[in-house]
Amino acid sequence: MTLTKTDEDVAAIAKRWKNKRGSLIMALHGLQDRYGYVPREAAMSLGEQMDVPLARIYEVLTFYNYFRLKSPGKKVVSVCMGTACYLKGAPKLLDQASEELGIRPGETTADGEFHLQVVRCVGCCGLAPVVTVNEKLLAKVTGESLEPHLLQPGATEDGKA
Amino acid sequence: MARLTVAELEARGRVEAPVSDRPKIKVGMSTCGKAAGAEPVFVALEADLRERSLDWRVARTGCAGMCSMEPLVEVTLPGQAAVMFGEVTPEFARRIVAACVDGAPLPTENRVPSIADLARIAGEPLATEGGPKQYRIVMRNCGVIDPDEIDEYLDRGGYQALAKVLSTMTPEQVIEELKVSGVRGRGGAGFPAWLKWNLTRESKGEEHLIVCNGDEGDPGAYMDRSVLEGDPHAVLEGMIIGGYVIGARNGFFYIRAEYPLAIQRIEKALRQARAADLLGNNILGTDFSFNVEIRLGAGAFVCGEETALIASVEGKRGTPSPRPPYPSVKGLWGQPTMINNVESLANMSQILLRGGEWFAGIGMGKSTGTKVFAVTGKVKHAGLVEIPMGMTLRDVVEGICGGSATGSPIKAVQTGGPSGGLIPARELDTPITYEHLQKLGSYMGSGGMIVMDETDDLVELSRFYLGFCVDESCGKCAPCRIGGTQMLRLLDRIAAGKGSEADIATIRRLAHAMQKASLCGLGQGAPNPVLSALRYFEPEFRGRLTSGRN
Repeated sequence: MTLTKTDEDVAAIAKRWKNKRGSLIMALHGLQDRYGYVPREAAMSLGEQMDVPLARIYEVLTFYNYFRLKSPGKKVVSVCMGTACYLKGAPKLLDQASEELGIRPGETTADGEFHLQVVRCVGCCGLAPVVTVNEKLLAKVTGESLEPHLLQPGATEDGKA
Repeated sequence: MARLTVAELEARGRVEAPVSDRPKIKVGMSTCGKAAGAEPVFVALEADLRERSLDWRVARTGCAGMCSMEPLVEVTLPGQAAVMFGEVTPEFARRIVAACVDGAPLPTENRVPSIADLARIAGEPLATEGGPKQYRIVMRNCGVIDPDEIDEYLDRGGYQALAKVLSTMTPEQVIEELKVSGVRGRGGAGFPAWLKWNLTRESKGEEHLIVCNGDEGDPGAYMDRSVLEGDPHAVLEGMIIGGYVIGARNGFFYIRAEYPLAIQRIEKALRQARAADLLGNNILGTDFSFNVEIRLGAGAFVCGEETALIASVEGKRGTPSPRPPYPSVKGLWGQPTMINNVESLANMSQILLRGGEWFAGIGMGKSTGTKVFAVTGKVKHAGLVEIPMGMTLRDVVEGICGGSATGSPIKAVQTGGPSGGLIPARELDTPITYEHLQKLGSYMGSGGMIVMDETDDLVELSRFYLGFCVDESCGKCAPCRIGGTQMLRLLDRIAAGKGSEADIATIRRLAHAMQKASLCGLGQGAPNPVLSALRYFEPEFRGRLTSGRN
């Protein structure tokens, strides 16, 4: 392992949670907040420092939907599929996003720009249907209002996508 | 915030909040409000006031309940009733300020009901004919106070119940009061709260623990998020009282990671409470010490199930285990643990301040008090409503929420989420109580209430709910893991027009097996949406069968 920067960050997270009970999930949240996903090297390093076997770490990581094992791309487009959003047309929005980005839910575009996923209720059912793009929450989304969020960010700049 | 003692808190409770001589402006800044654009409205208001060199405060508040009308701005001119504006833009916000400054009448456009028009607040008399239909105990401060300011909570009687309990009540007396109140768990099943508190208290262990279940996983329900965001101290106060009663020194907030704002607000509330001696060692100068930490969920619906939640708080996979032993006997790290829902805890301070009899006087039969519902779907005014139990579904859906938004008549209402059931429109006059909803094949659940119109396809909806449970099944027990998957295949076949008469019979048989043999509530409840759809709308399924099409 050569990523010393990674090691420092992981060490800080491990130190914060090591002697607290029931803290493994919190430490893994720490890793995902830092990297956007849980890199394998970081998980290994965390395990060593917190004295948790790697098998246990992956047992937890793979159980919970929230944790990502791969880099998600720069823009994470999450289509809410809670019941209210479902009734108000979320499946169509998902199809639209999937078609325009050329990826299926759970996948990342080849250039790493977009990640498309389905989420289970972000708790804004009064504003359904809802889509989030990274931290930003879009309310009462229509096909038209979703469109600009699916464009390549550099598409208009000197022809580079 | 200076450290508080019981005497100081009690003195504070006797002081009336000063009447302001300036206009008060509040902006709803919960997740819904922000999503709808409350941030630019807030910025515009502050900038406008600064330009005019006015030092009026623009307050951020939580969710007032009218989620579909966000961003909401409430203006109170001195000596006048509050006026609420909905779908406010930054430009409109500046118009409001201009009117306030000029002493001109406030704009007549974008008016929506104010909180006082919508609801009575705990302590006020119940609604009379023509008065507001909602009654807010749990949401008493939501949309009213700035949740980031502990002082605003204290000004509304906050922590008075804690002071009263610590200085004048024994744990047994608190339990007795809860027994009189009849309050039941608001997470879904409706287990009597006093019994849960008492069972945990009486269990032997090295330590007792309390957990607030803020893992609101039911898609279509967000009451707990709004309460955590809008009035975090109310939940915390309930939890501290719970800790005192069961003899706990430590508690945990277990909150969904998908609710970042709720997490921030609780973190802040914990810091403020520690600084004020409401949390930590020797609370309010007494010999009671109690600490609270936060643990985050990570996206697993099954963690709403008590035993799975415990595994998750311990940092493990959230797989449930057989009960008994119940968590009240053997919970977190094998110790007696009391798990309470957010809404249950937010009720506690009011019950203890106003008395169990007061609470028991609200509601119907064995369903006392109020219930918060997230009414969404094809309804005109989607949002949160808090109603006295016993109100009819029709009063909520049509009376409070304005009925169908689409012009197509209402076909059914779904309560209880993926473990609940459909209620057909002809049963809308049913009163909302634990017992009545169960009789209809649904259940109270945590508070999701989804309204469907005639255009909604209930075969598809059944697949949606079951698909959710199949995805979320932890896989530990066969009835849930295999039963759910097989049932989903049968539904897929029916939806595709390839099903047979025998498939419907098989679905019913599988459902029975899952209900009886699954390890936890997820598997036991998973067939409910399908069964209730079959119970009330079987012709829709039959119309899709191969024979039905010929």
